[in-house]
Amino acid sequence: MATSDRGAVGANCALSTPIPRRGFVELLLGGGFLATAIAFIYPVLRYFVPPKTADLGGDSVVAAKVGELQLNSGKIFRFGSRPGLLIRTANGEYHAMSAVCTHLSCTVQYRPDLREVWCACHNGTYNLDGRNISGPPPRPLEAYDVQVRGDEIFVSRRREG
Amino acid sequence: MTVLAKVRSWLDERLEWDELIAPLRKKTVPLHRLSYWYFLGGITLFLFIIQVLTGILLLLYYRPGANQAFESVQYIMTQVQFGWLIRSIHSWSANLMIFTAFAHMFSVLFLKAYRKPRELTWVTGVVLLVLVMGFGFSGYLLPWNTLAFFATKVGTDIAGQVPVIGHPIMVFLRGGEEVTGATLTRFFGFHVAVLPGLVTVLIAFHLLFVQRQGMSVPPKVEKEWSADPEARRELRFFPNFMLRELIAWYTGLGVLGALAALFPWNLGVKADLFASAPAGIKPEWYFLFMFQTLKLIPSKIWFMDGEVLGIMAFGLIGLLWLLLPFFENDRVARSKQWITGLSVFALAYVIAMSVYGYLAK
Repeated sequence: MATSDRGAVGANCALSTPIPRRGFVELLLGGGFLATAIAFIYPVLRYFVPPKTADLGGDSVVAAKVGELQLNSGKIFRFGSRPGLLIRTANGEYHAMSAVCTHLSCTVQYRPDLREVWCACHNGTYNLDGRNISGPPPRPLEAYDVQVRGDEIFVSRRREG
Repeated sequence: MTVLAKVRSWLDERLEWDELIAPLRKKTVPLHRLSYWYFLGGITLFLFIIQVLTGILLLLYYRPGANQAFESVQYIMTQVQFGWLIRSIHSWSANLMIFTAFAHMFSVLFLKAYRKPRELTWVTGVVLLVLVMGFGFSGYLLPWNTLAFFATKVGTDIAGQVPVIGHPIMVFLRGGEEVTGATLTRFFGFHVAVLPGLVTVLIAFHLLFVQRQGMSVPPKVEKEWSADPEARRELRFFPNFMLRELIAWYTGLGVLGALAALFPWNLGVKADLFASAPAGIKPEWYFLFMFQTLKLIPSKIWFMDGEVLGIMAFGLIGLLWLLLPFFENDRVARSKQWITGLSVFALAYVIAMSVYGYLAK
């Protein structure tokens, strides 16, 4: 008779001893759901992260041809996946640096009237060596080496040390 | 029996239609000298509906992708019949919607409509405002012009400045380390699928809360009414208030049509990933106050980068803003004054910085 009334039996058991079978089933179900959730969420999270693209620029590029830049002017060139800035000063010297502003990543430009590098977005300025001299930029622009070989102007990343 | 009455009774037999709209019949709107502020939420909703409709129309011709986006918008503007009008309405309506959403928020703040029991209405509202600004930010990139390109560069870089979690968020938003065609694809997805879904669900909750709680009566008016119960006046929502709201929508439509026709939105120059940012570049007006603040912060404050500090401060203020109703205690009169003072300051700051940002070189 007692076995026919399952609710009453269950209630008695709950009061006296834990139910290992129920706990086991709960663990199994809970664990199963958790595993399923992870199996769904993990691939989605990985899917969010874009694959790395190869930076095809290498460490050295031809930024311009000799004679392409007038005195006291600048030019944006492609340095890998980022823009670089090549400047020819009024006395004919070449300077090259990253054109990505260290403040919020706008692309900077050479201002012949100021003879400085200027960012239009938040009014930051740098000198010809890329040092931040006014406005919000917190760090200097990365300066590059310039070499003239034949009629091509090569710009390359500076080696550490 | 007219056809309409027949349809109605047919529906009523199956859906108990009359019971369904009974709450709307019972609903009333308090009528007092500040009642016109109640229209702003409705107008924002109306502009959102316009956005959905014109957005669907633009989708018929728009093509995402760095090589096609600009050209397809150009095609819409020059070749498609009334394409210029549809795009102009979409742009104008977007701007007006952000304006009315801001106005709605400040009216709620000054009329004290965020207080208990309406905290969740405020929270959903602030989240909606953020999402609407997200709509503006993501939609701005879609024509793939120079201004949009740099705005997106700066905007996503701002997200990247947040310590620890910033960089992964930036890569997620950009679809890589840089703003490229991959960013455009993602923003397109956010703009036409993710944000509309989220906003629709949140609007449903926002309206449900308003329905359940009724309209808030400003404390001043409430005090007057308790002193003189004869003065208490209410308007039936259906049809009286709704008809007035419809007139407001109709006026809004007129304003929108006039603005779109007289001042069509221009397209600008196609984005060049390897060009300098043009002089005089500025974000959309609703980001100007943050833009101008970031421009004025010095590069180093103590040991931190100025912009990181500024961005963290904006984030913290945003969070406190979201939780504003929870700081107001019924028993403390001082907190009420404090919140009103803060709201006046916030409004003054936003307006002053926006004007300064607009005028500054």
